[in-house]
Amino acid sequence: MTATPDALDRRLINALQGGFPIVPRPFAAVADALGLDEDEVIGRIAHLVEVGILSRFGPMLDAERLGGAVCLCALAVPAERFEAVAAILADLPAVAHNYERRHALNMWFVLATETPAGIEAAARAVEAATGLTVARFPKEREYFIGMRVEA
Amino acid sequence: MPDDTDRRLLAAVQAGLPLVREPYRAVAERLGLDAADVMARLERLLASGAVRRIGAVPNHYRLGLIHNGMTVWDVADAEVDRLGAAVGALDFVTHCYRRPRALPLWPYNLFAMVHGRTADEIDDKRAAIARLIGDACRASDMLPSTRILKKTGLRIGA
Repeated sequence: MTATPDALDRRLINALQGGFPIVPRPFAAVADALGLDEDEVIGRIAHLVEVGILSRFGPMLDAERLGGAVCLCALAVPAERFEAVAAILADLPAVAHNYERRHALNMWFVLATETPAGIEAAARAVEAATGLTVARFPKEREYFIGMRVEA
Repeated sequence: MPDDTDRRLLAAVQAGLPLVREPYRAVAERLGLDAADVMARLERLLASGAVRRIGAVPNHYRLGLIHNGMTVWDVADAEVDRLGAAVGALDFVTHCYRRPRALPLWPYNLFAMVHGRTADEIDDKRAAIARLIGDACRASDMLPSTRILKKTGLRIGA
């Protein structure tokens, strides 16, 4: 196997983005459903994780239902300060993701904290460290999180 | 809310399940629990939504999905929940949320994320959402990501 997923890898990835059974031999159950061998399924998943095609294999947690909080935020960063501001955010542990996007609001990041009150403190910390105003876009309602992608 | 044992369990598996024939037993042994207890706890955590799902978490970039667009829409407040549910149900939309506007810079209240292998692919997906929303759309934009500046997973403490 190479670092490029083959057809069977893609079939596994498409079939396994959720619904992994909670039974004593879950890989055997998956293998049966796909007409494969239990150890081959385990070996392929391990390989896909090892080469980074899968970030991981296991539970995806909902931080908010575990008492934590997340908030999408954005900054309008002057072009000449962009790299410096990105470096500041890279060092702040509350910043979980940060993306450059084409818009006047050109830096979009997710704050993740252990408590809801932590979000406001983290946003103020970003403002203090950058001198920029953080636009806060807390989720008001979640319609659906598919998160599945076609491999 | 999850109890302390649930939190220990989640802390132990959030980076991944052991890739062995009996993964739940392996986790149970590591934590000094019973395999049946681990499975029952995971069933409860799934049912409560604390665990969204169990399975493969793909790296979009490594699958060739190097383009992503945050599509954003301004729709009437009275319509946003109906339209959000419809947009969120599209199989290619990975996230869909209602969020507050930030006027005057930001008139949009509905966010839907799309991914693709090419720039055309995310343009097509944006167009499909636009067709679904139709005349209810007062303004829209798509913000493609031009660079990942930071990406660390969300982690809970034990």
